[in-house]
Amino acid sequence: MTLKTDAVGKEWPATTYEVGKEKIGEYARVIGIENPVHFDREAAKAAGYRDVVAPPMFCVVYSAPALGPAMFDPEVAMNFAAMVHGGQEFVWGEPACSGDEITTGAKCLQIFEKDGKGFYVFETVSTNQDGAEVVRGTWTNIVRGV
Amino acid sequence: MAELSAGEQIAELRVTPDKYLPHRYAGASGDFNPIHIDPEFAKAVGLPNTILHGLYMMGLVARASAEGAGGGDPRSLKRLSVQFRGMGAPETEIVVTGTVKSVEGGRAVIDVVAAQGDNQTIRNAEAEVAL
Repeated sequence: MTLKTDAVGKEWPATTYEVGKEKIGEYARVIGIENPVHFDREAAKAAGYRDVVAPPMFCVVYSAPALGPAMFDPEVAMNFAAMVHGGQEFVWGEPACSGDEITTGAKCLQIFEKDGKGFYVFETVSTNQDGAEVVRGTWTNIVRGV
Repeated sequence: MAELSAGEQIAELRVTPDKYLPHRYAGASGDFNPIHIDPEFAKAVGLPNTILHGLYMMGLVARASAEGAGGGDPRSLKRLSVQFRGMGAPETEIVVTGTVKSVEGGRAVIDVVAAQGDNQTIRNAEAEVAL
């Protein structure tokens, strides 16, 4: 079977997420990070941050919502029953701090077949209210038996 | 902090996620895929039981990299690339280890692995950390 590749290059509408202090703390606690810059405003400011700062991997909280419509797009036609999250890359820029408004756009980079599996590669780019890039994510989903 | 050089190990991170960790991670991250929180659903789709979120384990890899090479400063982690290659189980110890591949221009590139016993749940992970 040939994989449908019509969606390569397609972009989806951006989503916006406002970062909150307590949400950062909730995420940091689950991962077990104890650095006070994630919980305490004064500690964050003393370390040179504008406000309580998010751990780098908090980026999943604000960037993943942009990916939803891409993953469920019938033009992408990904078979969820046979899908696994195969790989992930993030490249960080400006730190994400409490009060930031982060806008994330999603794009389909690649769809290809290898060893009987379908590879669906998406990119998300997140920028803050000042237009600075906060994180760039590359999400690889693998579908068995295409 | 001590200078890192190629071939050196970063401090390992050991974490045993409790039974309800996937529920708390689901809440914190917004990822409520039932394979992580509903044993009946997980078994119905052919899994042995609920499995850990891959991105939770990537979160531990990020933590180990920033704490082990960047003094715990969240700004220190510049890039992290991982491959998810095994399913992680709750109530089993996760050990994150890292070996410095290279140090150049104030940045270390670290090869990181997250494993539960012999099961490498994340491998071929590469973290770039500002020293």
